[in-house]
Amino acid sequence: MADDAVTIFKRPVSLTETVTHYCPGCTHGVIHRIVAEVLDELGVRDRTVGIAPVGCSVLAYNYFNCDFLEAAHGRAPALATGFKRLRPDMIVFTYQGDGDLASIGMGEIVHAANRGEKFTTIFVNNAVYGMTGGQMAPTTLPMQITTTCPFGRDVAHAGYPVRIAEMLATVATPGYIARVAVHTPMHIIRAKHAIRQAFTYQKEGRCFSLVEVLSTCPTNWGQTPGEAIDWLHSQMMPYYPLGCFKDPDGKESR
Amino acid sequence: MARILMKGNEAIAEAAVRAGAEGYFCYPITPQSEVAEYMSKRMPELGHVFLQAESEVAVGNMLFGAASTGKRVFTTSSSPGISLMQEAISYMAGAQLPVVIVNIMRGGPGLGGILPAQSDYFQATKGGGHGDYRVLVLAPSTVQEAVDLMMLAFHLADKYRNPVMMIGDGMIGQMMEAVEFPESYSEPPLPPKDWAATGAKDRRPRIIKSLFLDPVGLEENCIILEEKYRRMKRDEVRCELYNVKPTNRILLVAYGTMARICQTSIDELEDEGVSIGLLRPISLFPFPMSQIHEEAKKENISVVLTVEMSMGQMMEDVERAVLGVKPVRFCGRTGGIVPSPDEVKQQIRRLLNGELEEGR
Repeated sequence: MADDAVTIFKRPVSLTETVTHYCPGCTHGVIHRIVAEVLDELGVRDRTVGIAPVGCSVLAYNYFNCDFLEAAHGRAPALATGFKRLRPDMIVFTYQGDGDLASIGMGEIVHAANRGEKFTTIFVNNAVYGMTGGQMAPTTLPMQITTTCPFGRDVAHAGYPVRIAEMLATVATPGYIARVAVHTPMHIIRAKHAIRQAFTYQKEGRCFSLVEVLSTCPTNWGQTPGEAIDWLHSQMMPYYPLGCFKDPDGKESR
Repeated sequence: MARILMKGNEAIAEAAVRAGAEGYFCYPITPQSEVAEYMSKRMPELGHVFLQAESEVAVGNMLFGAASTGKRVFTTSSSPGISLMQEAISYMAGAQLPVVIVNIMRGGPGLGGILPAQSDYFQATKGGGHGDYRVLVLAPSTVQEAVDLMMLAFHLADKYRNPVMMIGDGMIGQMMEAVEFPESYSEPPLPPKDWAATGAKDRRPRIIKSLFLDPVGLEENCIILEEKYRRMKRDEVRCELYNVKPTNRILLVAYGTMARICQTSIDELEDEGVSIGLLRPISLFPFPMSQIHEEAKKENISVVLTVEMSMGQMMEDVERAVLGVKPVRFCGRTGGIVPSPDEVKQQIRRLLNGELEEGR
């Protein structure tokens, strides 16, 4: 290699070298990498604490090269609140799936957002419970088949899927709420922009921030990775539109 | 420092401040809401954290996050609220986080009532949540003792890296008494908090968790916890004897407010020529097993009477301690009824006349 070789791509310092346990075609890895790149770029890794959920990303602490807490199911926003209140000088983020955040942890996330807790939540929405084997989530689409709605989600029985970003954008307290996707390079770039904005607002001590990331689950959707990307684009995105739903400077965009 | 008149709940709050608590998380519930009201003024004065949460479920989990910083944090609640915190208490015990929880007990089960009771003994001393764990449990019988034990609770939580619970009945919380705070607070040295999440600067990341997917690792964690509980049983048993002497015919076992009422009964009976002794457990876990056994087996003791504001929860531990060397009987009221000294005396007289039936 020539002496003047320039590094143009490398593992973020904020990621460990642990081999992933995520399924082939799952986009958790992409989202982990984006978060790690943002921690690197903002120079905050060594004063960051992450909070892992219960779900597929329960082992997130194996992948991030920063201090980590492991929460009870749905309670990551409460842990983050307790930690950040005692250490406002540190950067705190929760990483939560849709069963964790939108079902059992709905109370904790709504009140954290409403109190304007100054941490960041990465909310990974793949419309299904992953780790427990593909059960219906609050975010499961109408007529989507899961192991607990084998004939498709019946909205007369289970109601309609919950739109977390829109719901949290209704609180009066200033905050940053966006929804992104990571199934194409273009979407990944936009997702990184939103996640970077979320952490930047936290670093500035501005407001609560949450980025909902539409994510694939080929295993529990019963699809190939390629089919899963197509399904996310054609089925999830119409119900879960991308955009910035709330911004402390009024820079909402849909 | 001069003695000042204070309500139990406020004295507990101030004791926590003096012991160095930097965070307090709460949810309103009778009969201990005065702690929250006091702390809502006191903590901001000191630049510390006061936060009213959306539920006791959230309070427990906020404590997990806050304790992970390595700073001293606590909450206070009452019976139904403590039930909601059991999830987080189990996680904190598993993750070895020091935290102090106060339960100003009211009658149960369910919504129960709002008057003083001791019916959370099982929940406090046997774990309370899921899994193999214990919390260290302290039970004051006066407001002054509540102050002293509250300060000790923070020390023991740090010493063992384990949740410590102080349980008092509603009487302890609501009663006003003269209390004295130490001029300055000092405590024996503690190990450095080299486990706290403070940012992975020039060191490897620290992970605070109760998850061990490998059963060997989980068993190892349970063994580490069990070793701590063994050390507590060896070093942290606290109890007090009252009027114990060779003329005693009956040994009473009672804690908290109930013990105090028993002392009045004992004094009055002494004047009437009946000699009764009392063993008052101060630590409920670890329980004064051998102390009770030694007192019970003395020749002059014919029967051991446990007196509680419950249906006889501590009695099971007293029976384990006595190990059959003497009969164990129960006397008590529950549901928020506080037995009077006369009521206890009446039960003691019935017992002496051989009228009190076996068991409860």
